[in-house]
Amino acid sequence: MAWVNAIIQGVLTGGLYALFACGLSLMFGVMKVVNLAHGDLAVVAGYVGIGVIAVTHVPVLWSFLIVVPVMAALGYVLQRTIIQSALDRSVLTTLLVTFGLSIVIENGLLQFFTANSRSIGADLALVRDSFSLGSQIQIGYLVVVIFATAVIVLLGLQYFLSASRYGRLIRASADDPEAAQLAGADYRHVFGVAAAIAFGTVALAGMAYGMYSQLQPTTGTDTILLFAFAAVVIGGLGSLWGTLLGGVVLGVAQQIGAQINISDEVLAGYLVFLAVLVLRPQGLTARRAQ
Amino acid sequence: MTEPGAAAQPLLEVRDLIVQHGQLRALNGISLRMSAGEVYAIIGANGAGKSTLLRTIAGLHAPTAGSVFFDGQDVTALRPERRARQGIVLVPEGRRLFGSLTVEENLNVGATYARSGSWTIERVYDMFDWMRNRRSQRTAQLSGGEQQAVAIGRALVANPRLLLLDELSLGLAPVVIQRIYGMLPQILATGLSVLLVEQDVSQALRVATHIHCLLEGRTTLEGKPGAVTAEQVEAAYFGLAGAARSTQLGEGSEP
Repeated sequence: MAWVNAIIQGVLTGGLYALFACGLSLMFGVMKVVNLAHGDLAVVAGYVGIGVIAVTHVPVLWSFLIVVPVMAALGYVLQRTIIQSALDRSVLTTLLVTFGLSIVIENGLLQFFTANSRSIGADLALVRDSFSLGSQIQIGYLVVVIFATAVIVLLGLQYFLSASRYGRLIRASADDPEAAQLAGADYRHVFGVAAAIAFGTVALAGMAYGMYSQLQPTTGTDTILLFAFAAVVIGGLGSLWGTLLGGVVLGVAQQIGAQINISDEVLAGYLVFLAVLVLRPQGLTARRAQ
Repeated sequence: MTEPGAAAQPLLEVRDLIVQHGQLRALNGISLRMSAGEVYAIIGANGAGKSTLLRTIAGLHAPTAGSVFFDGQDVTALRPERRARQGIVLVPEGRRLFGSLTVEENLNVGATYARSGSWTIERVYDMFDWMRNRRSQRTAQLSGGEQQAVAIGRALVANPRLLLLDELSLGLAPVVIQRIYGMLPQILATGLSVLLVEQDVSQALRVATHIHCLLEGRTTLEGKPGAVTAEQVEAAYFGLAGAARSTQLGEGSEP
């Protein structure tokens, strides 16, 4: 029964990891940008949420209506300014620029908010309560909601990209920005919109983690970015379905590791990550384009 | 003023265009005028600057000096996507299809910012009849000639006024080239004008109403295909001594 519990908990936590990875996967799939500031931006979203709740006293879930658009707008602006100008030089430059951004954000957060951990909505029933399956399995409402959110976001994004007119334009611009221009599309704007969507999911990831656990200025790089990378690599670069699968595999591996020995939780996840890199470097799902 | 044709505003006018690629001067003072309804062919050897000229007209290269006028309006500062929406549409060298998209999706992208006009995806399917049945295939699975047809279709559904064709025949079998050029009358019948770059001179002479030969970024010959001799074209194309100085019709050459 303990193993069943580990797998269920792992699958559900995998939803959180898939949510971490979604924006990273989208930024890479469309702009070929590896956003090293991804995790820190998620933490920023969490702090924005904490600030919004503290100042306006809106209910926690309402704060999403502010945080997600704010982060999406930030994504558009960052893409149109520093990320695009780095892309114009070379893809490698984007690594340096986003790494720099990561350092700036992390130290800025330490400066203004100290190293104390903060959480979001710790007194909400949604966050505190759980239900039981049988006598031994306790499942938190929050992880179920997060998992459902991840599935809806990834499904919705996949549908948007494959079936909508704008999604088609995003895929075309990803394939060949210059040819997209010749068809009348301003690929810089298209990339900006893709970044806005990616940052919207980053906002969800940061807020979700703030409710699930606690946020510190360093959480972005030492947890969110690393787990996001692991999920993307396990699932396969550039594939949103793969990202969901990667998150789930990572989550299950961690829970099984914890079942063997509680201190092996994180290690088990990285062992699977390493095994995939060695045995199947393209990830569990093949790349979308090809 | 005496001839109505001469008084009419040119559809495209390029004035003293200079384009640098780093240290290399790819175009060195190119001028041209083309009227609506023309098939204007730019010929020249490899590296003459033909593709650069087409790409500059489409807005993909910024000229160091000179200007591009489209329908009387200065478009030199316009970005490529703005020019495309105004009706200057380039079929680039090497097709440049969206490889992860299907045939129909490629055409749909071309139609996204289309001007109003008679070209539709259905009409492209009527012209290339094989395409309708293979519309949901990815373009990476098509042959070179089929990809070229999709690239032309993607440009046509934008309803351009000026269609720029860059090296249509590159890498294609002669029979396929004939088939694609065979579509040109149908395309012209819908009222658009064509500016094309072609390495195959005889092909260009067959379809063009006006030819313009480039050599190392300069104009070496210009005129109606009927008004130039094969020797003149050869001299202008290869830059043979003396003959290449200036064979531009109607302009006095220096001694």
